[in-house]
Amino acid sequence: MTTRDILEETYWALSGNKVRSALTMLGIVIGIGSVIAMVAVGQGAQGSIQSSIESAGSNLVTVVPGAQRGVGVSVSGGRGTATTLTQADADAIIAQITDARAVSPELSRRYQVTSKGTNTNTTVNGTVAAYTDVHNIQIDSGVFISDDNVKSLAKVAVIGPTTRDDLFGVGSDPVGQTIKINSNIFKVIGVTVAKGGTGFNNPDDIVYVPISTAQRFLAGDTYVSTVSVAAVSSDAMSSIKDQITSLLLTRHKMSDPTTADFTVQSQADILATASTVTNTFTMLLASIAGISLLVGGIGIMNMMLTTVTERTREIGLRKAIGAERRDISVQFLMEAISLTFIGGFFGIILGWLIAQIISSFAGLSTTISISSVALSFGVSAAIGIVFGYYPARRAARLSPIEALRYE
Amino acid sequence: MIELKNITKTYTNNNLSLQVLKGITFSIEDGEFVAIMGPSGSGKSTLMHIIGALDTPTSGQYLLDGHDVSTLAEDELARIRKTKIGFVFQAFNLLPRATVLRNASLPLMYAGVPKEERDDRAKKALLAAGLLESHFMHLSNQLSGGQMQRVAIARALVNNPSLILADEPTGNLDSKTGNVVLGTFQKLNREGHTIVLITHERDVAEHAQRIIFLRDGVIESDDRSHVQRKQSYDNA
Repeated sequence: MTTRDILEETYWALSGNKVRSALTMLGIVIGIGSVIAMVAVGQGAQGSIQSSIESAGSNLVTVVPGAQRGVGVSVSGGRGTATTLTQADADAIIAQITDARAVSPELSRRYQVTSKGTNTNTTVNGTVAAYTDVHNIQIDSGVFISDDNVKSLAKVAVIGPTTRDDLFGVGSDPVGQTIKINSNIFKVIGVTVAKGGTGFNNPDDIVYVPISTAQRFLAGDTYVSTVSVAAVSSDAMSSIKDQITSLLLTRHKMSDPTTADFTVQSQADILATASTVTNTFTMLLASIAGISLLVGGIGIMNMMLTTVTERTREIGLRKAIGAERRDISVQFLMEAISLTFIGGFFGIILGWLIAQIISSFAGLSTTISISSVALSFGVSAAIGIVFGYYPARRAARLSPIEALRYE
Repeated sequence: MIELKNITKTYTNNNLSLQVLKGITFSIEDGEFVAIMGPSGSGKSTLMHIIGALDTPTSGQYLLDGHDVSTLAEDELARIRKTKIGFVFQAFNLLPRATVLRNASLPLMYAGVPKEERDDRAKKALLAAGLLESHFMHLSNQLSGGQMQRVAIARALVNNPSLILADEPTGNLDSKTGNVVLGTFQKLNREGHTIVLITHERDVAEHAQRIIFLRDGVIESDDRSHVQRKQSYDNA
């Protein structure tokens, strides 16, 4: 039998019972489709988390109070809430880390912010002028906080577009108006450009005030919650990390970096942590979808077993006129593989459609990667082989005499 | 030519063994038309399976064109069948939903004959089996019983085998159509094909030149007197 003969036989066999072939294929279509769609959602989430981490600024090293226990995974008791990082530490980093392009100490807490008759609960971030450079912040209207504002403890605020919408109405220009944070009146001097993003970690739902003002009037102490350091280049990041660690260890009179009361993280560390989480998420989604693929595969096996039984006499005849065992098993295996391959092809289209629908209706970004398509094709071929093998072997092992006699 | 030497076949099932063939010896020359006859349980089906290389004997030797077929493995038997034997079954066993031409050319696919040559040879075989060219592209399940059996005969002829083995070929046909089919076998025999016909009906067996009568696993008679009768058929 040539390959062409095998393909022709497969075509005849599958087109002989179109409805059954189509229904069996549907199992694979749904299985592959859901794997593709779920992996697309997972990878889309990964992509959007990565881009939001990257949008926080490039070549960023972050210093936060509290010890980090465990590698890369955030199981640190009280990190971010401990008050071990002071303004003096931040000043020392500014003064002594020479590879830093810009340094911005930040004191970030949530407060109730009110304006005339409106109010919102938002993040109030005390910071300095260098913040714009470190975090790629652009100003839409007005100006950002200046070093003079920080020196003079000015009660001025720059607000994010989401906060602006909440307090003053969508698209309004609040520059010159006032807001009240914790019974202190701040004058709005600027609005930032939207960074985009939705949900829990919206970078546009924020109020910036001078860090000195935040420390004096809002927090009442001189601690900082984060020091963000932008390195001159990505090559300099690891040396900056080491310099900051040794500087702060000296300042905090400690010797062992593993018990330090602060954590220095580069953006790469955060990305690694985030992708561990999103990978787990993607795996979870894919394995749920994988179950439906398995069910589809069992459907293929079921149909092939039925086919072998139904066509017992045909198998007997083929053997009588000279088909060897290999000819028979190849024919039935090819039928199973064709079902899964065609099913896989339509499954990829279905998965792509589902991914498009999810991203347009649920607002989640989705990414269909070549690797997930290739994987699905591989998996569907493997399913064809695995679930087609047993029925094909059964067909090939039929005795021609018994098969011809079968009623 | 076919030579069977002291062929026995024993089936064993749950420690019960049943000897179906008890030492069969005969030979068939090229160009003969032989009927193997016997009541049910006589062992004629088992003998047909051995002659048709579908099964191997428990003991004894079976030579087909000088090759010893009696000890071959399953796939080796398949290779013998695809080149040397053509089968015609009682139930026709055509592929449904396939054209007459595709049914007739099926053995050539397994024999590895190139695609272009297959249709040519299948057409010749179909014409030889008495089918009209207008039927070649019909689906096999649209044909009458007699036409189906002729397609089956064409399928048996197509690889030009040493032996055509027909197992109760008229069992599913009325007597008139049956006689037409048997006439086709006689015509093919005159053209030089060796034909072995398995039947339990004397009327059918009498179309052959020679009748081997089987009872309880042994040859009861081997009657060559029909050579004359066959010629009288031709004259009639």
